[in-house]
Formats: sequence, C-alpha cells, structure tokens
Amino acid sequence: MAESQFVYVTYIRTTPEKLWRALIEPEFTRRFWMGTTQESEWKPGASWRIVTPDGRTADSGQVVEIDPFRKLVLTWQHQLHPEARAEGYSRLTYTLEEKGDSVKLTVLHEMDKSDSKLIKAISGGWPMILASLKSLLETGEALSATRRWPEGM
Amino acid sequence: MTAMGAEVDKVFKALAAPERRLLLDRLRADNGQTLGQLCQHMDMTRQAVTKHLKVLEEATLVATIWRGREKLHYLNPMPIHEIAERWIDKYERRRLRALAELKAKLEGKNNG
Repeated sequence: MAESQFVYVTYIRTTPEKLWRALIEPEFTRRFWMGTTQESEWKPGASWRIVTPDGRTADSGQVVEIDPFRKLVLTWQHQLHPEARAEGYSRLTYTLEEKGDSVKLTVLHEMDKSDSKLIKAISGGWPMILASLKSLLETGEALSATRRWPEGM
Repeated sequence: MTAMGAEVDKVFKALAAPERRLLLDRLRADNGQTLGQLCQHMDMTRQAVTKHLKVLEEATLVATIWRGREKLHYLNPMPIHEIAERWIDKYERRRLRALAELKAKLEGKNNG
C-alpha cells in the first residue's frame, strides 16, 4: 500500500462537466493553477504533462484511468526539483461526485514511499490550488496567489 | 451565504472538542487509518471514536476512502485552509485600509 498519502475534499457549487473541464483545459487551469497548462490526449495510456508559462515541464506522467466527469487517475512525476524527480512516480486520483447543487471533489495523491518529498512539497500547494479552483467556479475569479507562476521557481 | 455559514459552524463545532482534535492529530501523524487503528492507545470506547469521527466527517475535516473492505480515514485540510484564507484576507484588507487612512491623515490629505 502507498506510504505517503494525502486526501483533499472540497465541495464546489458547479456541475461535474464544468469541474472536469476546469481541471484539464488550459483556459481554466491557467487562471487558478499558477499560469500552467496541461497537455494530453486524455485517454488511457496517453502521456500527460503540466507546462509552466515559460514552457518547461513541471510534472509529467500517464493517464491510467479516465471516466469523463467522474474519475481521472494519473501517474505523476515531478520534473523541476531533482530530489523530488528521483522519487519516481506518484499516483493522483480525482473523483467527482454530484451532491445536490454541488460536486464533491476528492483529490488523492499517494506514493509507495514513506516520507515522500514530492508529496510533502505538493501537500502545501494542493489546498491553495483547490481553494482557487473553487473560487473560480463559484465566483468567476481565482485567488490572487495562484494566478501567476511564482518567480524564480 | 447561509449554507456556507452552516458549513463553517460545523467545522468550528467539530474542532471545539479536544477528543476530536486529538483524532485529527493522530491522522496528521499517520494519515489513512482504519477505525480499529484509531481506537488503539485511545482513552475512548470504540463507540465514542465512531461518534467523533462522524462529526469530523460531516464537517469534511475527515475524508474517508474505501480500500477493499477497509474504510480509511484521512485528515482533510481544506476547511481549515478556507477559514484561514477568509479571515487572513479580511484582516489584511482592514489593516491596509487603516494604513491608507493613517497615511492620508499624516500627509494632511482629505481621505474622503
């Protein structure tokens, strides 16, 4: 079983379709995910990557499972910091469940390695990104801290 | 707004009991535990732990994920993050406004 695991759950007043698009489409991710975009054909086995505004690959991996508007499983390797990169692949699972007028989004990030540096580094970032995503979908505006790629990173 | 207020109430109520904060501490130290694991070394009955976990889950402070037949409990930092964001932003804004007023006064301008 995975040794380093983090789970984030947030309820967003939106539809599964809109949330799904916001998670993967550039016009959305750019606004709440620090200016980054994601590239993939979004089908099982396809490669996947997060691209920084200046064109570097921040993270990459493969699409493991994709069930549009419901579930997306990715392998995930960080690329910018050598130490985190050396840890290899983690696994990310997005689960979307409709609950009344909201969607329950569960983000599970796990790695078969205890004390993972990648998971630790990312664990600080996820709440900010997800809070910004929620703000974008509910109010039309992302949170200011996540609108731009941090300088010097 | 009322619905959102109710959510925040749940979070504060859940955090108001030391037993529940202890459970969150346990999960922070070792995320993804079963009920059985959480009951170990705890001065509480299994029923009491179950009850507290239910309150934490309803406040979304704890998230659960099924692994086969095991229900694992995780600390969900999102509600606390949202609370911090909300008030930190507000206090910053107020402080900035107070500073702007002070600056206007000291510089002898009418701040309208």
